[in-house]
Amino acid sequence: MISAFFIFNQKGEVLISRLYRTDLKRSIADVFRIQVVSNSDVRSPIITLGSTSFFHVRVNNLYVVAVTKCNANAALVFEYCYRFIAIAKSYFGKVDEESVKNNFVLIYELIDEINDFGYPQNSEIDTLKTYITTESVMSTNIAAEESSKITTQATGATSWRRNDVKYKKNEAFVDVVETVNLSMSAKGTVLRADVEGHILMRAYLSGTPECKFGLNDKLVIDKNERGSLGDAVELDDCRFHQCVRLDEFDSSRTISFIPPDGEFELMTYRSTSNIKLPVKVIPTVTEIGTSSVSYVVTVKTNFSNKLSATNVVIRIPTPLNTTSVDCKVPNGKAKYVPADNVVVWKLPRIQGGQEVTLSATAHLTSTTHRQVWARPPIDIDFQVLMFTASGLIVRFLKVFEKNNYNSIKWVRYLTKASGSYQVRF
Amino acid sequence: MAAAGQDAKFFQRGKIQEFRAELLAAESKDKKFTKRKTVLKKIVANITMGNDMSPLFTDVVQCLGIPLLEIKKMVYLFLVYYGRSKPDQIHLVIPSFLQDCNDRNPLIRALAIRTMSYIPIAVVLESLTEQLRHCIKDRDPYVRKTAAICVAKLYTADPRRAEKGGFVEMLRDLLVDSNATVVANAVAALSEIGDRQDGVIFKLNLTVTNKLLAALGESSEWGQIYILDSLLRYVPERHSDAEIMAERVLIQLQHANSAVVLTAIKALLYLMNYMENRKLVDHICKKMGPPLVTLLSSGPEVQYVALRNILLIIQRRPSVLKNDVKVFFCKYNDPIYVKLAKLEIMYRLAREENAREVLAELQEYASEVDIDFVRKAVRSIGRLAIKVSPAADSCIQALLELIETKVTYVVQEAVIVIKDVFRRYPGRYEGIIPNLCEHLDLLDEPEAKAAMIWIIGQFADKIDSADELMEDLTFNFMDESVEVQLALLTASVKLFIFKSQSETSKNLVHKVLKWATEEVDNPDLRDRGFMYWRLLAINPAVAGEIVLAEKPAITTDSDRMDRGALDQLLLHTGTLGSIYHKNPETFIRNAAGKALADSPALNALSRQVLVPVARSGLPSGPILIQGPGPVEPREPIAATSSSSIQPSASAQASLPPGGSSSELIDTHATEDDHDGGRDGGDEDEDYVASPTGAADPYANLEGAFGGYLADEPKPQKNELDGLF
Repeated sequence: MISAFFIFNQKGEVLISRLYRTDLKRSIADVFRIQVVSNSDVRSPIITLGSTSFFHVRVNNLYVVAVTKCNANAALVFEYCYRFIAIAKSYFGKVDEESVKNNFVLIYELIDEINDFGYPQNSEIDTLKTYITTESVMSTNIAAEESSKITTQATGATSWRRNDVKYKKNEAFVDVVETVNLSMSAKGTVLRADVEGHILMRAYLSGTPECKFGLNDKLVIDKNERGSLGDAVELDDCRFHQCVRLDEFDSSRTISFIPPDGEFELMTYRSTSNIKLPVKVIPTVTEIGTSSVSYVVTVKTNFSNKLSATNVVIRIPTPLNTTSVDCKVPNGKAKYVPADNVVVWKLPRIQGGQEVTLSATAHLTSTTHRQVWARPPIDIDFQVLMFTASGLIVRFLKVFEKNNYNSIKWVRYLTKASGSYQVRF
Repeated sequence: MAAAGQDAKFFQRGKIQEFRAELLAAESKDKKFTKRKTVLKKIVANITMGNDMSPLFTDVVQCLGIPLLEIKKMVYLFLVYYGRSKPDQIHLVIPSFLQDCNDRNPLIRALAIRTMSYIPIAVVLESLTEQLRHCIKDRDPYVRKTAAICVAKLYTADPRRAEKGGFVEMLRDLLVDSNATVVANAVAALSEIGDRQDGVIFKLNLTVTNKLLAALGESSEWGQIYILDSLLRYVPERHSDAEIMAERVLIQLQHANSAVVLTAIKALLYLMNYMENRKLVDHICKKMGPPLVTLLSSGPEVQYVALRNILLIIQRRPSVLKNDVKVFFCKYNDPIYVKLAKLEIMYRLAREENAREVLAELQEYASEVDIDFVRKAVRSIGRLAIKVSPAADSCIQALLELIETKVTYVVQEAVIVIKDVFRRYPGRYEGIIPNLCEHLDLLDEPEAKAAMIWIIGQFADKIDSADELMEDLTFNFMDESVEVQLALLTASVKLFIFKSQSETSKNLVHKVLKWATEEVDNPDLRDRGFMYWRLLAINPAVAGEIVLAEKPAITTDSDRMDRGALDQLLLHTGTLGSIYHKNPETFIRNAAGKALADSPALNALSRQVLVPVARSGLPSGPILIQGPGPVEPREPIAATSSSSIQPSASAQASLPPGGSSSELIDTHATEDDHDGGRDGGDEDEDYVASPTGAADPYANLEGAFGGYLADEPKPQKNELDGLF
């Protein structure tokens, strides 16, 4: 298992260093600095030297590193690094050099708690916050009963929830966030289109609520309401938060759970059939001799005109030897960014059923050796509220609690693309 | 939520004397202990920065009396760091530890034994042993779960003490504890002890395994991983046992934690070896596909782990991801390690039906920026031509277009694969040789050069200007690498056999043979030179028959791993071994090897190809690893010195390196195979067990693709082990 855990800054300075086992010395950190931090061409997140393996994850210029001396479960090591980052984010808002330095004592406390001898232990944020705090706690004053409550929760079957939660108003917010991945060929055929869905929940519910959650999942609908076709969605795969009872999902495809208090990711899903692409990009790019390239890029929105796409950013690559670009756009702003070799076209909003066109000419310097331009794809980011590309709908969210209170539920939908909606040309 | 800390200011190097004075000064007028807290924070920051704070031992230990939890934790952290180096002073803290071990608060009790067990020196271990006996039976599950891991620590520090104290038996009792978290940690601890070379053997029987499975649902995600992992320690005696168990594991595939998913898949792959019910096996394979694909929406690091594992899994169970090639298409902004791993899977999944799409993607990649990726893409186009014959025409067309770009590394890669394409389809594509010859001057890498020279020699009768070309190529014979020299030698002999009337070729072969036998130091080259020379001297006609003998056709079966080795490697799914495609005992010191255990339920074929764990005597020095693919030229001596450990490695080392060897050594193509197109269901029947390469999974790979595997991820051999 994990022998040591480190956090390095961009310069390779050690911000956190915790050895869980005696098979390594602290000086192992120098090896990582030389092999990874000062190496400009790191081509793997895992480096094995002899029997020693370094696993690293980068976050905001930090390296979160686990070192092992055995045939470690690589997926577990990375999941542990991700979890550490998530916990740190929840404790101090962001994870960067400053926040790590400002909270290093707390971090030591945390990593002693969530990892013992290299074995990850309970890492449910809600529970951790009940006993790992920045407040000064007198060790003599802690009531043993209070601690027993904590330990029971930390080791219990619902380790993610305290049982004494109380709210005046019982509410639950459900956000369905879909990320569309698109890869379209130069000929306009869809090479790959899929949706990664995340269902985020913010549960402000008292007591120990038992929740049931229903989607327009094709497998459920087919089973229950035979013959009703059309609006059911085919999910390729679903993954659930620790709290969801997987055996019930397996037997009857019902999603039932006792939620953690506050915000959590209830489930993620993948869908590949009948994806409604909200935005279409039609590029015409012509290389005129060796001196310029002309662009005509049309963006069409493909959803109801009551909705609109916001924060639209289109990145159009230009050749490496571009000197300047003349752009003409009917709305938004288009600007050539030489550092990235792209024209960035930003549109605050496009209504549904509309189309806008950019026309531009890139002027090139003459180069001595003519290198073929790799033509990276055009990339577009956007958000569409109250729209799901997969067609997924939340059919119900039922809350059962022994106090029988009424609860209010809210559902929101968002479809977005960031960095993965790509059109080749 | 906790307020954001303000501790960054403590990140400053300080001197021992200063801290000592500050601690002393803080003893008075420090009502809320804030002063001492501050000094301790500075000390912890200095430990982090690598400043040796051990001289402060006695001063820091004084603070243990302070009833502030935060201070206690910092002192304990200090002790974890320096306790080991202070065996003569550690007795100072024992009373405090003992007091905490008996605290009313379970969190404090657990903290005390957790910290003690991090200080592996005799005095501490002695008191720990006493306390642990109680704590392992503590009424609080939190203390018990901590105690379970403490036993693993104790065992690492002093195995005899742990065994004599009866702790292994106590752990065993915890396997049936009422609390799932305790069970999971006991499993983790026992697994660690069981994996030690000198440890007790940890096997599970049906009753305990069923109890563990029952605890699965209530365990934390990490606990689920420990439990799922331990299922491989249970050997099913009946098919039905394996089948029922697999159905219970199957539901874990929907878990959000990718390590739970991969470990569940490992357990399923293992259990399937003991199953009879074909329908269930098919069902499980079908169920495994989507979760594996979903792993590709995790962070790039987990994607990488998943991809390397998928590559293994689809070789053993092709039906898992048969129709999913599209999800492995590279995104432009994927990290390079993800792209390279995806490329390999795309090739594996390529079949006649999807060859067109795959080729279009590969062509796209061939124009990207990263040189390694581009080269691998180009090479994959050639491999695709070899694998899927209906696609060969368009692949060759694509390669020709790429050659026209005149980008040197693209042309070189193309030439290397085209050589293999010629061997795969004799008489079909020789027409493109003139196109290749036009770009002769772009070739500057040995492998590409050797490939081109092979082509010229092999088809010297079809190339009008072959003798002139060879004349040019041999111009710098003495400066070429051995690989190229070997190729030149063979090619000039072939040229002479084809054109024995030509004066140029006669002179040429004479010149080259003389160089090879008289001027060059390399024994391989010299020996081959002598051999050709005698052949030609004794009977040129027979020489021709031998040198130009019909070559065994190149197939793609040899890039599939041997079934027995694959079965063994899949027992390490999700671990480092599965990323490097190497059994862990071959590259990690003291790592435990695994093998399928025989039982009445083990399916016949798995038994037939079963590879036992190599339990060789452990070498005293660092273990040297022979990576897959060509022998690394850096340390030829190391390769021979390791031969006592790895016979297969030394066998490889004695072969002439690189592509030219494919000509002299035939690629053991014995299997009757239709790669990729088969179903998981009937794979067992048509599989002919191949006797080759039990220990090295790539043993049967030699030659077919030259240095193709050179850019595979692999552990680096390193002297680190000696140093750390």
